[in-house]
Amino acid sequence: MEFSGIPLKKLRAAFFDFTSCEGCQLQILNHEKNLPDFLSLIEIVNFREISSDKRDDYEIAFIEGAVSRKDQIDRLKDIRKKAKLVVSLGTCACYGGVNAIKNNFSIESMVDEVYKENKPETIPVQKISEIISVDLEIPGCPVSKIELEYIILCLALGSVIEKKKYPVCIECKQNMNHCFIDKGSLCFGAITRAGCDSICVNGGLPCYGCRGPSASVNWMSLKNILIDKGITEEEILEKLSLFNSLNEVIKDEN
Amino acid sequence: MLFKTITKENLRTFITNIIKENQTFAPVVVSTDADNNPIYQFKKVDSFEEIKINYTKSYSSIKNFFLPYKEDLSTFHFNENGWEQKINYRVNPRVLFGVRACDINALIKLDQVLMKGSFPHPYYIARRKNTFIIGLDHEPMADCFCQSLDTNEVVHGFDIFLTDIGPKYFMLINSSKAFNLLKNITIEEVKEEDRENYIKEKNRLASLFKSHVDVTGMANLMDIEFESSVWQKWGDKCLSCGSCAMVCPTCYCYTVCEKINLSLKTASKEKMLYSCNLIDFAEVAGGHNFRPKSSDRLKYRYYHQHRGFVESFDESKCVGCNRCQKACPADINPVEVLRDLRKENIK
Ligand code: SF4
Ligand code: SF4
Ligand code: SF4
Ligand code: SF4
Ligand code: SF4
Repeated sequence: MEFSGIPLKKLRAAFFDFTSCEGCQLQILNHEKNLPDFLSLIEIVNFREISSDKRDDYEIAFIEGAVSRKDQIDRLKDIRKKAKLVVSLGTCACYGGVNAIKNNFSIESMVDEVYKENKPETIPVQKISEIISVDLEIPGCPVSKIELEYIILCLALGSVIEKKKYPVCIECKQNMNHCFIDKGSLCFGAITRAGCDSICVNGGLPCYGCRGPSASVNWMSLKNILIDKGITEEEILEKLSLFNSLNEVIKDEN
Repeated sequence: MLFKTITKENLRTFITNIIKENQTFAPVVVSTDADNNPIYQFKKVDSFEEIKINYTKSYSSIKNFFLPYKEDLSTFHFNENGWEQKINYRVNPRVLFGVRACDINALIKLDQVLMKGSFPHPYYIARRKNTFIIGLDHEPMADCFCQSLDTNEVVHGFDIFLTDIGPKYFMLINSSKAFNLLKNITIEEVKEEDRENYIKEKNRLASLFKSHVDVTGMANLMDIEFESSVWQKWGDKCLSCGSCAMVCPTCYCYTVCEKINLSLKTASKEKMLYSCNLIDFAEVAGGHNFRPKSSDRLKYRYYHQHRGFVESFDESKCVGCNRCQKACPADINPVEVLRDLRKENIK
């Protein structure tokens, strides 16, 4: 493998799943047209969804999912010891994701509601960086394969990974969508980091902010705008907490 | 310029023929807003019947036919000897039908910068030269303020411009291309009653404007009011989302990034439209940001519209279409911002 005459080393990568829907792992295998090139940049040494072969000599560990059981903590710490670079892959790993809704209720009531028997042992949902140090976060529910390709390429080339600072609205305009807010509906695109190509709005759904806050968030203004549209504060906050990814924007509200 | 008239029936035949032979883009309904009003965009049409000839205004401006949101400036192909660079200015000829006067005037402003400026933009020029523009007069919307910016009339920058004068259209023919295309269609000489009807209609349209703003001396006022609290007031509302510049017919700012293909065999230099409202617009190497405050960024957007551009070209950059407000989640209204600056809103 070489780029413009410069030889490159294939990075040894491993993918691990924690509490998640495995959608981000599936994304890795999407965008089939680019898959051969994608796979030529990395050597996958551990990835349950594609092979039962497992090796521990990985340099990069991609962690999908959040932590919601005690035994996961030791597993994470073990991965951290072995990997040079730990990457949180997807919104669950970066922020807790949809799983974190659980934290709004008591553990007992949650377990009783879901399981009639064989009640599991479970702890409040935590993002990966609450347990171990994380070198890189790639949010998205699921992650964008195009963005993941770009990041893998940067890692292979050793070049700087540029995180987009602007919000989803820019991509939304590029896709010529009509704004949900002009339709009188809720959308968090204006405070959410771009990079997904505004995929939800393109498909007819508002942005609920799965990619976390953009580099410039004016929460008070957006909240006032949404309240002016007749959306209740309760609904705004409920939607805002869907992915546990935008919590920090309301931190300094009071 | 030639002045003729064309009957509505003949215009239909003319446009139908054009659609048959060319890629034609015209206003169609794509959505509805909170008050159930239709939202229009220019899209490729296959028949005259699809076209909403009485549309209000397109949600995004037609600038993106000339300045696409994203475009490859060049591509690189790596080989044993280094690389080969490929640049492609080619665009297929296309027709835009139904363009409003303000939007044609916006193109003229872009021409000043991108065609006649010190650094002509060949990509823009190729698109401009290969786009046949048929304009169409209309009744202004309640929020249109192009009259205040002298952009509700057009004298050049288009191929054909039509004004509805009852049973027929008064037609301005402004290119030999247009003249040749019209050869197989019956068009008529302007009769005295047509001239009368045209002027009457023009006066009627001019009398319908409800939104006005006085921009005389605005360039000086901007400097005098540099520290005005008006910027803070509107900046506090601004979400720094960049939507305004994306839909604005005269905003042309961009960023460029280099992209290496996953195959490691090709790369490209991609241009993407950007906005001065975005947080890192004035961020430089080393990370210093000259405009970290959203109120400053908003102020500089107005500065370019009514001061910077005036300095270079003796006219405002804004054409008064009010698309920026329509697209702004925070409802930031250029007329109100400028009035605030003139202290017209203080009773
Ligand atoms: S729909 Fe959402 S993402 Fe799109 S422009 Fe409006 S606020 Fe931004
Ligand atoms: S539009 Fe919003 S919710 Fe949808 S993928 Fe993008 S960031 Fe996530
Ligand atoms: S500086 Fe701002 S106002 Fe001027 S063209 Fe660029 S985006 Fe538009
Ligand atoms: S600044 Fe607003 S009103 Fe002026 S041309 Fe741009 S979009 Fe239209
Ligand atoms: S559209 Fe409105 S909120 Fe967004 S950057 Fe422009 S002025 Fe600010």
